[in-house]
Amino acid sequence: MAKDALMDFDKALEKFEPVIGLEVHVELSTKSKMFSSASNVFGADPNTAVTPVCLGLPGSLPVVNKDAVRYSISLGLALGCEIAETCRFARKNYFYPDLAKNYQISQFDEPIAFEGSLEVELDNGDIVTIPIERAHMEEDAGKLTHVGGATGRIQGAEYSLVDYNRAGVPLVEIVTKPIYGTEGRAGEVARAYVSTIRDIVRGLGISEARMERGNLRCDANVSLRPRGDEKLGTRTETKNVNSLRSIERAIRYEIQRQAALLDKGTAIIQETRHWHEDTGTTSPGRPKSDADDYRYFPEPDLLPIRPSRELVEELRAALPEPPAAQRRRLKAEWGFSDLDFKSIVNAGLLVEVRETVEAGANPQSARKWWMGELSRTANEMNVEPSSLVTPTQVAELQSAVDAGTINDKLAREALAGLIANEGTVAEIIEKRGLTVVSDDGALIAAIDAALASQPDVLEKIASGKVEAAGAIIGAVMKAMGGKADAARVRELVIERASA
Amino acid sequence: MSDLTRLSAAEQSALLESREISSVELTKAHLDRIAETDSDLGAFLHVSDDALTIADEVDAARAGGVSLNPLAGIPVAVKDVLCTLDMPSTAGSKILEGWVPPYDATPVARLRTARMPLLGKTNMDEFAMGSSTEHSAYGITRNSWDRTRIPGGSGGGSASAVGAFQASLALGSDTGGSIRQPAAFTGTVGMKPTYGGVSRYGAIALASSLDQIGPVTRTVLDAGLLHDIIGGYDHHDSTSISDEWPSFADAARRGARGESLKGLRVGVVKELDLSGFQPGVTARFHETLTMLAAEGAEIVDVSAPNFEYAVAAYYLILTAEASSNLAKFDSVRFGLRVTPNGTPTVEDVMSATREVGFGAEAKRRIILGTYALSAGYYDAYYGSAQKVRTLIQRDFAAAFAQVDVLVSPTAPTTAWKVGENLDDPLAMWLSDITTIPVNMAGIPGISIPIGLADEDNLPVGLQIMAPARDDARLYEIGAAIEALLDAKRGSTFSALTPAFTGGAN
Repeated sequence: MAKDALMDFDKALEKFEPVIGLEVHVELSTKSKMFSSASNVFGADPNTAVTPVCLGLPGSLPVVNKDAVRYSISLGLALGCEIAETCRFARKNYFYPDLAKNYQISQFDEPIAFEGSLEVELDNGDIVTIPIERAHMEEDAGKLTHVGGATGRIQGAEYSLVDYNRAGVPLVEIVTKPIYGTEGRAGEVARAYVSTIRDIVRGLGISEARMERGNLRCDANVSLRPRGDEKLGTRTETKNVNSLRSIERAIRYEIQRQAALLDKGTAIIQETRHWHEDTGTTSPGRPKSDADDYRYFPEPDLLPIRPSRELVEELRAALPEPPAAQRRRLKAEWGFSDLDFKSIVNAGLLVEVRETVEAGANPQSARKWWMGELSRTANEMNVEPSSLVTPTQVAELQSAVDAGTINDKLAREALAGLIANEGTVAEIIEKRGLTVVSDDGALIAAIDAALASQPDVLEKIASGKVEAAGAIIGAVMKAMGGKADAARVRELVIERASA
Repeated sequence: MSDLTRLSAAEQSALLESREISSVELTKAHLDRIAETDSDLGAFLHVSDDALTIADEVDAARAGGVSLNPLAGIPVAVKDVLCTLDMPSTAGSKILEGWVPPYDATPVARLRTARMPLLGKTNMDEFAMGSSTEHSAYGITRNSWDRTRIPGGSGGGSASAVGAFQASLALGSDTGGSIRQPAAFTGTVGMKPTYGGVSRYGAIALASSLDQIGPVTRTVLDAGLLHDIIGGYDHHDSTSISDEWPSFADAARRGARGESLKGLRVGVVKELDLSGFQPGVTARFHETLTMLAAEGAEIVDVSAPNFEYAVAAYYLILTAEASSNLAKFDSVRFGLRVTPNGTPTVEDVMSATREVGFGAEAKRRIILGTYALSAGYYDAYYGSAQKVRTLIQRDFAAAFAQVDVLVSPTAPTTAWKVGENLDDPLAMWLSDITTIPVNMAGIPGISIPIGLADEDNLPVGLQIMAPARDDARLYEIGAAIEALLDAKRGSTFSALTPAFTGGAN
């Protein structure tokens, strides 16, 4: 639908009430896959992280990954769900070339976790409770690349390549109940919900949760009903919206699109829709009806899962603090302004900053490293800051600065060394010769030389114009190759000039 | 020694251990027998070309004093349903023509670990769907006893190979009787272990909750020796049982010594209507009961009221699971690919491949199973069938509270003529009426030969059933009955096999 054919957002809300539902898929970061010993890695050469099980070869059989079950239980508990005493896997049958067996092993009527709720915090601090219907375990499909044709979609493609490295990667699918009453904040609520799930799974250490890699994927269901109606309207499901911002935009778009259609008396078609980041629009995918027949039946190759109550309680006891509570606590402990704290959260670096502080750095410095140099470098390299260095390394770096071993400038060089994997902070300082010159004798010699070559500056300083010292400090720092403590140089310059 | 092939594996083992024969001699004798007879029999789809190399290595190891498994050096045939690294594995289907798996099925890997030369892959009904081995994409297998007749199915290849002395040992798979019914029809011994007793890893699945791999041999002791090798826990199969199992060969030896039958409570299911069975089959069965009673066994009528629903429920569960298991045959990753003319979509290619690649029986069952699982029919069909399954398990549990073993004829008839039931699938399906309840309950069942039917002089089998995990009881009782019959007859059953030297029958 052309943008000018959409209904104005406020007008849409006047006439209709939006109801949303969210399905979030979380890829678990287990060592091996859900049902096979193949390694669960991102970015390997196509079809190298596979076994006969992920390829669905005749005779192969699935075996449940116990870590994936533990991770799923932890996630279920963090979502306030009940954990099933017994649950089963089921086969979801449909033909598609990225699905090696032409059935997906999933859970149907017996999910591992159900009936939960999650509090999410909006930008203005309001808390919204999202009702969770279920969280179930399943395996991911392979990845298709459609070659030829303009759209990169299967329609019009000459042929398609299949990579089964992702086939069998463990997933948890979290399904909400219909979410009512979000009104104009429907998109924001959805974004905050997915963002909270991202924080939870990262806090649990069970997923990389990187949306751009598809570790975390969101399908957004949107329907509208005329004000005053009880009956839910026909919904659309916008698939695989892969950034927090897009979730908000996609929902807003669907509200405006559906409102325009309904207003003209056109029925909404129940279908999946694709989100287009570039145009900010959705387009029709395949029709989807409640009668889609996946011929589910219990997976006969696997036994039911019966998590012991001891295990569930052990995992419950090990749950980290809920994200909203943790944020309130950290903000207070660190004494950050709303703006500073929110910028960290929005950058998705709260975990990194927190872990850096836990490793011994002061909060301001931790924030400065992650939000400054590391974000910049990561941006240039087109990677995530967290992939460059560990919080422990950042804390070590800051500790060297605090001890006066290196200055800020040298620390940035040491950071480059860390990113290049040259060793520990101490090794890099040693190898790159980054220690500041703490020998006053060497500094005094350089200062005297600089003062001698700039007698006019010497005179200004001597006459009390200490701000003129900058030129001398610069010259000395240059002469020392930057390896001097600027504050100490300044003290000495004034001392020598006034002598 | 041209008659090496007539010996049981246990006898062959003794000769190997005493160095009277070599594994090379033994293996060559079987390969020669296959070369001589298989153009008529059609038991093998593929004959290995490195069996003699393995045999030679075993001989060298033995000469070097290496401690070996009792069956080391004894060649074995493998049903084509099992994946083998070095031979095509087609499950009798055109859709897998020429497919060589990148891995060995666990039972096959265990044969290799025991250093048994693999002779080759045996013919079967496509994907083990059939009771006559007439549904293989690669032609029929004939009965080793009478080449005008079918050998039973689906494992007719393994049964006829063993019956015709092409091998003393073979592996089969049994989903509803595919080991036991061919054993009965060819006068051999066939054992379906407890579900989970032998790993299914690498067995091309028909119906996952029913399939089981087991031995096909000419004596009960041989079956026990082979079961000892292939059985036991496998972490690749989640349904594999982790219990320690006793030696089944020891159980067979214990049974053969006598005494096992005295006081044994033998159950006969009264609802199983033998009046519709072939008279010669019923006669041999009743004779056997009389013989058991004479040995001090107590024959007890037991009730199993739900057995009558077993066949109907079985064909819902089997087809439902099969429709899903066979979905992977889509041409994308392996096997046959048929590309229609024009600019076909991937769906067109999948559809054309499955149209050409699957035989009529496979298509029939895929369609039935797809229907049985469909929304709106699931509860009535698959759901009800699972309930029947529970009821059958309860019937067995109640029966085994009263008796030690249950017995029945293995099949209602002896082997029928080639082509006789081909246009009547329902008659074919009903021939498994006696064996199916065993798979539905997951319990073990063995078929041993008990004589020849008067009207056609063809082998009749006795099926013995025991509670789950008590496979050893079947080896003990089976060997006891076998020993009694051998003593009465003055020879082994296989010694009665009509001469067959290849060429026109």
